[in-house]
Amino acid sequence: MDTIYEKIADIVGTNYVSNAAEELYLYSRDQGVQQARLPDYVVMPNSTEEVQKIVALANEEKIPIVPMGGALVLSGLTIPQKGGIVLDMKRMNHILEVNEKSHYAVVEAGTAQGMLQAYLKKHHPKLKHSVPDAPPVATIAGNIAIHGSGHLSQSEGGFHTEMVTGLEVVLATGEVVKLGSCSTVPKWFSRAPIPDLAGLFMGWNGTTGVITKVGLKLFPSPKLKDVIMFMTEDVDSIPDILFKIIDTEMAEDIAFFVSPKPAYFDGFQLIMISVVANSEKEMKLRLELIHESVREYMDSKEAGFLPLPPYMKVKLLDAPQKNLSEFADIMKGGGFEYVGAIMPVESIPEAYRAGLEITSKYGITYSMGARVVGRGSCVMFYYAYPFNRADSENMKTVAKALEESNEKALEIGGIPWKTEISGQQLILNRMEPETYKMMTEIRKLLDPNGIMNPGNWEVQS
Amino acid sequence: MYELKFDPAICEKCKSCDCIMKCQYIDMDLEKAKEEHGKLVRGEDSEILTQCVTCYACEEYCPYHNHPFYLIVERQEEKGIHPVPKPIEKSQVIMMAPRGRIEEEAATEPVINLCFFPMLKGSISGKLYEGTSLILGSDIFCNLMFLHFARNSVIKERLPAMMDNIMKYHLNPGGAKEFICYHDECYGTYTSWAPAFGMEVPFKPIHLFDFLYNRLKELKSDIKPLNIKVAYQRPCSSRLCPEMDHFVDDIFGLIGVERPEREYDRENALCCGGVLEAQQRFDLTEENQTKNIEDMVATGATHCVFNCPFCFFTLMGKVSEKGMTPILMSDLCRMALGE
Repeated sequence: MDTIYEKIADIVGTNYVSNAAEELYLYSRDQGVQQARLPDYVVMPNSTEEVQKIVALANEEKIPIVPMGGALVLSGLTIPQKGGIVLDMKRMNHILEVNEKSHYAVVEAGTAQGMLQAYLKKHHPKLKHSVPDAPPVATIAGNIAIHGSGHLSQSEGGFHTEMVTGLEVVLATGEVVKLGSCSTVPKWFSRAPIPDLAGLFMGWNGTTGVITKVGLKLFPSPKLKDVIMFMTEDVDSIPDILFKIIDTEMAEDIAFFVSPKPAYFDGFQLIMISVVANSEKEMKLRLELIHESVREYMDSKEAGFLPLPPYMKVKLLDAPQKNLSEFADIMKGGGFEYVGAIMPVESIPEAYRAGLEITSKYGITYSMGARVVGRGSCVMFYYAYPFNRADSENMKTVAKALEESNEKALEIGGIPWKTEISGQQLILNRMEPETYKMMTEIRKLLDPNGIMNPGNWEVQS
Repeated sequence: MYELKFDPAICEKCKSCDCIMKCQYIDMDLEKAKEEHGKLVRGEDSEILTQCVTCYACEEYCPYHNHPFYLIVERQEEKGIHPVPKPIEKSQVIMMAPRGRIEEEAATEPVINLCFFPMLKGSISGKLYEGTSLILGSDIFCNLMFLHFARNSVIKERLPAMMDNIMKYHLNPGGAKEFICYHDECYGTYTSWAPAFGMEVPFKPIHLFDFLYNRLKELKSDIKPLNIKVAYQRPCSSRLCPEMDHFVDDIFGLIGVERPEREYDRENALCCGGVLEAQQRFDLTEENQTKNIEDMVATGATHCVFNCPFCFFTLMGKVSEKGMTPILMSDLCRMALGE
């Protein structure tokens, strides 16, 4: 008799815990190239109290715990490196509060991006949140745990972690803590002016605690949206073009991309610019200012805005964009992973050239691009490589390409984002020792038994 | 190999310089117009080359059919002038290239040539098109759109093979000798551009409106007059075959549609703005579209009818916003047949 199983079943009920082979198999892997590793249990809690009890049990029994949202991180961060419990948060999917006047929402951690988006559209159509370009089942907390970004990251202040107004977290030792204004007053309007502890759980990939609730900023949702696309063949001009467009403060989302397919895009650089407005007059002004900001490029005929007929714009107006997800399956083998590197804007040309070199070296197809974050303080540059999971050689080749992309990203002054363990090692090798020391001490303090997603962010000998 | 059949002596003797004087976008007095046009003829730099918006209209304006627009395009290309930014031009050259995937499919008359507009296949249905064969694809694309990019060279390079493909894979196997051009840009390619450059055309092109008119006459008993006012968005390419414009009135007459008199129709028609936008002339695009649509609205038109798919995609949203239904000509005819 498996007493751990029985104890977990007492907490969540037998319908929401499993150690069946087929379920463990599914939770042992993700769509990327990382090695599959079986958990011992998969658990789906329905409340903070249940999470607390499970974590307390795990802490007592020294069983690893891996929190999991939509399992779409692709780089193995929800694969249990040392077995234990995968804590699937998706049952905790309630939207607890939407405060229109103060522009925030409070949601349970397992709330899907699509759920919140649909809810706001229906009940609070004047507000929206920033969504990542991931399938809508990706969760809010999962995205926070990896410093995600999305379609409002350019215009509304940066990474999604910068849009968090508060957290509720279950610590590895079983306590429940609230962080931000919600720790002191009923409302979740801000992390300030309290000393900010939320950063101890954001971007840590579930290695410091289990996020159970998130307070998230909401933003105005103007009724009109348009998208324009700028095209050039000169990648070295991209940083300047981006600077000029960002500087107008007229764009909501700005994303650079390149793709070898379709053939008429191969070798060209494109910048997709989304614009929102409350009136036709405003839309016209915004578009005009963006056009004029790059007039010198248009007049030189070296670059210009591509005419986009309405049927082509329809897809481009979506948030999230589905094209990366569609690209993910072009090898028809269910395999996809990308290196996303956070880097300065001026690194784009070098990053692009590096990507061409790597994909040519390995003979693989790719999609590359960069989303502007935080009004140009940085970009999230991605090297995306689909592969056929049934072809082990293809998978190995892509794994090498991903590793090399990580290395290259660091070489040119970027940092791989939500990276797999080997990428984490590259970062840790370069990190200031005092910084790593502080990270380790914080983890020890918060998680003395080392149960939270072990194997990640640990220097390996 | 394909030289423009242009007679400089005709321009020398021309007193009116209609090609420039009637132009809706170039503002010059007669003296300046003749001076600048003379430069064009002699192959010198001229303001016309950068001011031209490639609306094709001067092909219609020239009373001597001396191909002023094709001359502008030749000179633009000679001088390395790009009306549209180079990356966009280059991308379009790739996008519209023949795929080399054509297969034999015998076409028997009447043959509808949908050129490279597969998205319009749905319009080729109903009584109007009963018994027709349909041909389309990248390997039979007329390429005339490259006039807007000042790339006669692309048309010269690709068109002969396109015509060969039409004959070899479609017309010859089916014993057909003619086809109906769904878009009048194809019609203009074979009846205006090809002869202007001395290119032989081995088949007989028929204008869509000619076909529609005759089919409607055959189906007259099925027509229920629509009794509506419809504004007509005259496309650039109809400037290459102005003699076909009367068919719009003829068709409308059969189906009970009024073509209201408006400022920007017939010889004074305005470009839909799609090409102006590609040329990055955004202010002019907006000005054109606003004038054009307000003109339509002022007539009380309930519909705006198009022949050109590019005009259709460019303006459909804007005319809808102003309360008019955008519709292609053949779909308007199908409406009158109760479809």
